[in-house]
Amino acid sequence: MTEAPQRSDTSSPGIAELVMHTLAGDRRAIARLISLMERGGGEARRALAQLYPHTGQAHTVGVTGAPGTGKSTLVNAMAKVYRRQGLSVGIVAVDPTSPFSGGAILGDRIRMRDLATDPHIFIRSMATRGSLGGLARSTVDAVRVLDAAGYPVILVETVGAGQDEVDIARAAHTTVVLQMPASGDDIQAIKAGILEVADIIVVNKSDLPGAENAVAALQAMLDLNSTHAELHHGQLVRVEGPATDAIARPGAWRPPVLQTCAIRDDGVKELVAAIDRHWKHQRASGMKEQREREQVAEELRRILRYALLQHVLHQIPRQGLEDTVERIVARQEDPYSAADRLIAQAGLALDRH
Amino acid sequence: MQSQDKLESMREAMDEWERTTLRGALDAWPERYDEFVTTSGEPVKRLFTPDDVAGLDYQRDLGFPGQYPFTRGVHPTMYRGRLWTMRMFAGFGSAEETNERYKYLLAHGETGLSVAFDFPTLYGYDTDHPLAEGEFGKCGVAVSSLADMEILFDGIPVDRITTSMTINGPAAVIWAMYIAAAERRGIPMDALGGTIQNDILKEYIAQKSWLLPPEPSMRLIVDTFEFGSQYLPKWNTISISGYHIREAGSTAAQELAFTLADGLTYVQAAVDRGLDVDTFAPRLSFFFNAHNDLFEEIAKYRAARRIWAREMKERFKARNPRSWWLRFHTQTAGCSLTAQQPENNIVRTTIQALAAVLGGTQSLHTNSMDEALALPSELAARVALRTQQVIAHESGVTNSIDPLAGSYFLESLTNRLEEQAYQYFAKIDAIGGVVPALEQGFFQREIAASAYRYQREIDDHRRVVVGVNEYQMDEPLSIPLLRMDPEGERRQRERLARVRRERDNELLQRRLQALRAAAQGTENLMPYILDAVRANGTLGEVCDVLREVFGEYREPVII
Amino acid sequence: MAQDKIRVLIAKPGLDGHDRGAKVVARALRDAGMEVIYTGLRQTPEMIAEAALQEDVDMVGLSILSGAHMTLVPRVVNLLRAHGLSDVLVFVGGIIPDEDVPELLKIGVTGIYGPGAPLDDIVRDIQREVAAH
Repeated sequence: MTEAPQRSDTSSPGIAELVMHTLAGDRRAIARLISLMERGGGEARRALAQLYPHTGQAHTVGVTGAPGTGKSTLVNAMAKVYRRQGLSVGIVAVDPTSPFSGGAILGDRIRMRDLATDPHIFIRSMATRGSLGGLARSTVDAVRVLDAAGYPVILVETVGAGQDEVDIARAAHTTVVLQMPASGDDIQAIKAGILEVADIIVVNKSDLPGAENAVAALQAMLDLNSTHAELHHGQLVRVEGPATDAIARPGAWRPPVLQTCAIRDDGVKELVAAIDRHWKHQRASGMKEQREREQVAEELRRILRYALLQHVLHQIPRQGLEDTVERIVARQEDPYSAADRLIAQAGLALDRH
Repeated sequence: MQSQDKLESMREAMDEWERTTLRGALDAWPERYDEFVTTSGEPVKRLFTPDDVAGLDYQRDLGFPGQYPFTRGVHPTMYRGRLWTMRMFAGFGSAEETNERYKYLLAHGETGLSVAFDFPTLYGYDTDHPLAEGEFGKCGVAVSSLADMEILFDGIPVDRITTSMTINGPAAVIWAMYIAAAERRGIPMDALGGTIQNDILKEYIAQKSWLLPPEPSMRLIVDTFEFGSQYLPKWNTISISGYHIREAGSTAAQELAFTLADGLTYVQAAVDRGLDVDTFAPRLSFFFNAHNDLFEEIAKYRAARRIWAREMKERFKARNPRSWWLRFHTQTAGCSLTAQQPENNIVRTTIQALAAVLGGTQSLHTNSMDEALALPSELAARVALRTQQVIAHESGVTNSIDPLAGSYFLESLTNRLEEQAYQYFAKIDAIGGVVPALEQGFFQREIAASAYRYQREIDDHRRVVVGVNEYQMDEPLSIPLLRMDPEGERRQRERLARVRRERDNELLQRRLQALRAAAQGTENLMPYILDAVRANGTLGEVCDVLREVFGEYREPVII
Repeated sequence: MAQDKIRVLIAKPGLDGHDRGAKVVARALRDAGMEVIYTGLRQTPEMIAEAALQEDVDMVGLSILSGAHMTLVPRVVNLLRAHGLSDVLVFVGGIIPDEDVPELLKIGVTGIYGPGAPLDDIVRDIQREVAAH
């Protein structure tokens, strides 16, 4: 939807009203609905239930990479390209919450000045709030809100360190991983995990020395990489063998390695074109649906895990839990027997295989 | 500097003292803090002795004033020959009002001028630019056109008085206006003496009034070095600054290290362009802060001179001794002034000014008591000027050069700061230099961390600020307003409109086009900027051409 | 509004580049468990209001040391209202002369913090104001 935004006074609306206004593209409603998703709880779940049927159109692009690789600047440049194509863009920028204080400084908007007053761009900064990956627990729900509100492209920018690249790959259709030209000789700092999840690899800050080397090194690693994903009989399968064979095999996508200089807008049009190609490839090959199935299955498992855990914990009085811990520490009970006992106490019968 | 035997015996005596006399005193009366620190948070020992300066070699480390390594001063007679320049930073409202303030200060004994510009001017915007709304003349004088510059210096003999202009992004353009205004009065370029701050690197780090991205900014700065070395032999084409870095919250060591690192970067850039270091280095100048901690500040200035001399001589192989000189202007620390009980600020400024003088500054601005809150009143500015005059004539500290040299404490501090500076140089080099480091936010992070730590010390009462967290009074916080002439803005805008109407616009367009073409190439831009200014191009118009060709700078995300 | 975490927008409107105070306050708020959206320098009132809308903040903090506050603060307050954000609170830090304080309070600014204002006061005030609204 690329209509001009409407202003409405949405002070203390009911959930249905909030969802309705969001679907109409009202920005205040979108903002408040995202906040509701962050808060979680029964109201958030009700809202999501109403929202969910309207999701599924947007192309979600994850942008990740180590700090300093220029993610925000690149996202800013990408959004400008999408805008020139007449598309409105939602942006979710995730930054880490301080483990000490529970607070966060979210500064990604600083790099997105160009977009600040464009009515067809919506930027939301989120803190991870204790989530260990690069995403907040509710990032996926925030994306859904923007999806339902009609943004055809949603860019999710996350902190990339450790397992985070993998996290974003679960939430996005296309994952873009940023690298920087290496200073010195730490090209081997490229983690193998990246190559598993990257759909597109970008060497940003291509004006710095070492950019060509970084591209070459990444290409070489891709050639050597022993696993990539393919579609076999409708199933996503990890296949041994270099990705260079991919040309002959339908359904395989070899991640291109691109160069950009985001601050000068160099190479960004090509990046957006590659993202578009990936999107088309995913849909044509059936990979999109398959990946979505995996993502949904993963999310369902996650929600079930959490819900069941909450259920069990709720059934046990707090003191009971503390007593159990004491018993285990005193070697009066082992952890597994203790867990079985608590589960039984919670009224669930477990079938042990 | 004592012989080994004497040192040994002293050490033994000190051990004895610690075990007996000191122990007794501590048992009866513990010290006021567990740890004593400088304003920068550096721990300070109870006592300094010959042991602390055992490695000091007088001729290698201190030397004589006016001789390498210049630790004791850049001139052989220092203040016995000539006092520092008393140069009070001033500017507000319209050119007419500021011109009056300059005449007032000169009449009261200041010996050099220093121009403060308003925010729109600092960013290269004319007064009528949309972003300039509400900002006219608020923290400095508005200069949009050559006509404004002429009024600013009307009746002031710029061939006999030096002028320092705090302008960075658009420095080349403002400098061109100063030159062109003097030209119109028949004063040739080579008679003009003064300084343009022109230090873009610290803008990215601290003061934040940039115009263009780093690369073109550096190009423009080297253009000014080249032009100055050819046509304005009495002009300091840069004032490499630590003042603002300190104001942003850095420690003394960071101020010292980051400033000198910036300086070395400029020298390298000019040398890379092909300039002979001795043609421009003598006209590089510096600008430091004078903060509260008397000894730390004095040590900082002395370390700065020694480090710069060494780097210029050994790294850049400069042969002219004047290239080894670190000459500097000092301003007392604005960030140390309080809104509470503003009269206390006179005392703070006095101690800080004393540090600058004992540290051998060439030029000094002392803050007015109300300066942290508002533009200074005439009375407050006068007291600040008198502070310098009392120090100069009544305190006796100018009778002998570098009087505190040899102090065990001071020489240790000087060495320690030098050491810390080199540690920072190594870190910066590891990142690849000043420009990569600032793009990565290295400086900004260090400064923000120091600023936060300092504020927490105050909030937690581990550091006393008189009147703020101790010795408070029940007082309404009075932030005075310097009343500016509301007609000033109207007059200036009218003048601007008139200039645009009455000039030869075709000629101007041709000159701006020539500038544009030169900017896209590699020629020195100063002549083109001068030509545009002579044709009455406004500040905004000339800067727009530069912005157009080079783009605008984007600040990194560093909090 | 996100009730469990207080979200605060810290912005520097106008051309003033002195951000030491804004950054120190941002850190203090983070250390108090708040989420701080820091927008950086040279923000127009439009940019600030738009950011406040999209980020669904509880509070907007404006840092102004240039003297241009009597132009910029009312513009921001009015734009917030126009965007339907009258429930978003505004506080101001920086150099505000006495004479201007009553006017700012009248247009709805909840706190004015001059030089030397303890960080804990700012944190407490924000917590109290957000809880009360």
